[in-house]
Amino acid sequence: MAGVAAGLADRLGVDHVMVRLALVVLAFAGGVGVVAYLLLWAFTPEADAAEGAEPRPPGGRRQDLERAVAFAFVVGGTLLLLRQAGVWFGDAVVWPVALGALGSALIWTRADDAGRARFARVASRARSPVEGVLTGRLSRTRILLGGLLIAGGMAAFLAANNALVAFRNVVFAVVVTVTGVGLILGPWVWRMGRQLAEERRQRIRSEERAEMAAHLHDSVLQSLALIQRASTPQEMVSLARGQERELRAWLFGRSGPSAHDLLGTAIEEMAGRVERLHHVKVEAVVVGGCRVDDRVQGLVQATGEAVMNAAKHAGVDALSVYVEVEPEQVSAFVRDQGKGFDPAAVPEDRRGIADSIVGRMERAGGTAVVESAPGEGTEVTVRLGRRTP
Amino acid sequence: MSAPTHRDTVGPPIRVFLVDDHQLFLSGVRSELGEQFEMVGHAHDVPSAMAGIRATGPDVVLLDVHMPGGGGGAVIRAVAPQHPEVRFLALSVSDAADDVIEVIRAGARGYVTKSIAPAELAQAIRHVHEGDAVFSPRLAGFVLDAFAGEAPPRSDPELDQLTAREREVLRHIARGYAYKQIARQLHISVKTVESHVSAVLRKLQLSNRHQLTRWATDRRLV
Repeated sequence: MAGVAAGLADRLGVDHVMVRLALVVLAFAGGVGVVAYLLLWAFTPEADAAEGAEPRPPGGRRQDLERAVAFAFVVGGTLLLLRQAGVWFGDAVVWPVALGALGSALIWTRADDAGRARFARVASRARSPVEGVLTGRLSRTRILLGGLLIAGGMAAFLAANNALVAFRNVVFAVVVTVTGVGLILGPWVWRMGRQLAEERRQRIRSEERAEMAAHLHDSVLQSLALIQRASTPQEMVSLARGQERELRAWLFGRSGPSAHDLLGTAIEEMAGRVERLHHVKVEAVVVGGCRVDDRVQGLVQATGEAVMNAAKHAGVDALSVYVEVEPEQVSAFVRDQGKGFDPAAVPEDRRGIADSIVGRMERAGGTAVVESAPGEGTEVTVRLGRRTP
Repeated sequence: MSAPTHRDTVGPPIRVFLVDDHQLFLSGVRSELGEQFEMVGHAHDVPSAMAGIRATGPDVVLLDVHMPGGGGGAVIRAVAPQHPEVRFLALSVSDAADDVIEVIRAGARGYVTKSIAPAELAQAIRHVHEGDAVFSPRLAGFVLDAFAGEAPPRSDPELDQLTAREREVLRHIARGYAYKQIARQLHISVKTVESHVSAVLRKLQLSNRHQLTRWATDRRLV
């Protein structure tokens, strides 16, 4: 009341709830508690305001527990001593109160201490179940046990005062009332719960739909609008093809952060880029897969150059890209069925492009071969050895 | 497509049955193929396809992979046992590997995508009608992927492994070569190329390699 219990609790390092309960129990033991309270009030030095505000340094969980148990033993011992000394209101009163106090202590002690609860979670694996009961990690067990102790205390008190019969009637009345209320409100509560779950599902679904609508709006509707404005059939076809590629990637989950550094995705992106720029169909087939590091990136770029080259010069509307990842090497083939050329008598501009593909592959540590003959189409083969990990 | 080699059809035109739930596509293909083939009928779902194929007895069925009520695989499994003479060619917008493999394993002689050019589609129908397998570059890629790596333990190596030659033929298909070009590259006859492809198709249909059903979802290949 006057901060005595809190002061004492701070000094002893136990929970102030426990101290208060102990004083109450002792008060029933012939008024000793009241006397003790008054004495302590008189002699306990007034705590410094600043000191009082300062939170008690968090003791270890085990230490806290030991202190609490020790304190309980001290109080119990005092009770026995007082009983022996005759300062006693009688067994029928004191023991039930003590039981009830213990139950309350179990339930209420530092239930609000979040830090302790966190600590308990971390340490929970190492602790015995009994300790678990006392920490709040197993708060349900704690409440149950505390409740049983309180109920035991109440029953003992009532039995000692021959009031058990009346109590039974009260319990019966309470049970009937609770059942009645449950019958009235139960279905309503249940329906509320179901409605909440249903609303939640609806919300998730509508969010998904909104996301899909946004995607279709940004991609498919835009492409359809562009197709209507397209002036040439080639432009129309390439718009449709680019959109198809994009939609396919979206539907079949090729996109996503993890897929971005995969070879298959890189090749598909490259193929899509050339399709958009040059209005040719690029059929890309990738067998196997690997991550795209700097060297593989070089292979992708060289392949891209070969594809671009074929798209510009071969005079075809479709070409094939085949990439295979084997344990020891990565190969890429760019094939067109176009007019081809005689590698011995190439014009300067094509020589330059072929050189840049070969040069790029050599820098990446691989090889590039260009095979062609007039009227036979062209195939560029690039290979890159894979470092053994 | 893999084999734009032209063969002149002699005798009666090939009788083609179309199965697709997409009405627009159905009429588009009908008008494209109508001049070269006899279009005996069409269906838009599994039950009507089964009834229609049984009633008309076509030479080749063009079959959509995705349909309400079971898909192309279900049609093949229901019809093929009583009508072994009917050939199936799968046709789909879905390039999902497991869909494609599923319909091939059910008994289709080949697979082409719906973006295929009309002339190539006509060629594929002729090939299938003659009993050849039709592998698009993409299907060849799927098969190479499915048969990559070691064969599973306690398996039949005849069925669960591709020979080096079959692998080479498939690679060339994936690279965009036609059968005739492959034959020249590998110094073998076109007939030999076709027999290699048919052998691969048989393995694809009979192999127990667990990857055939699982690898597609593992690798998320499209």
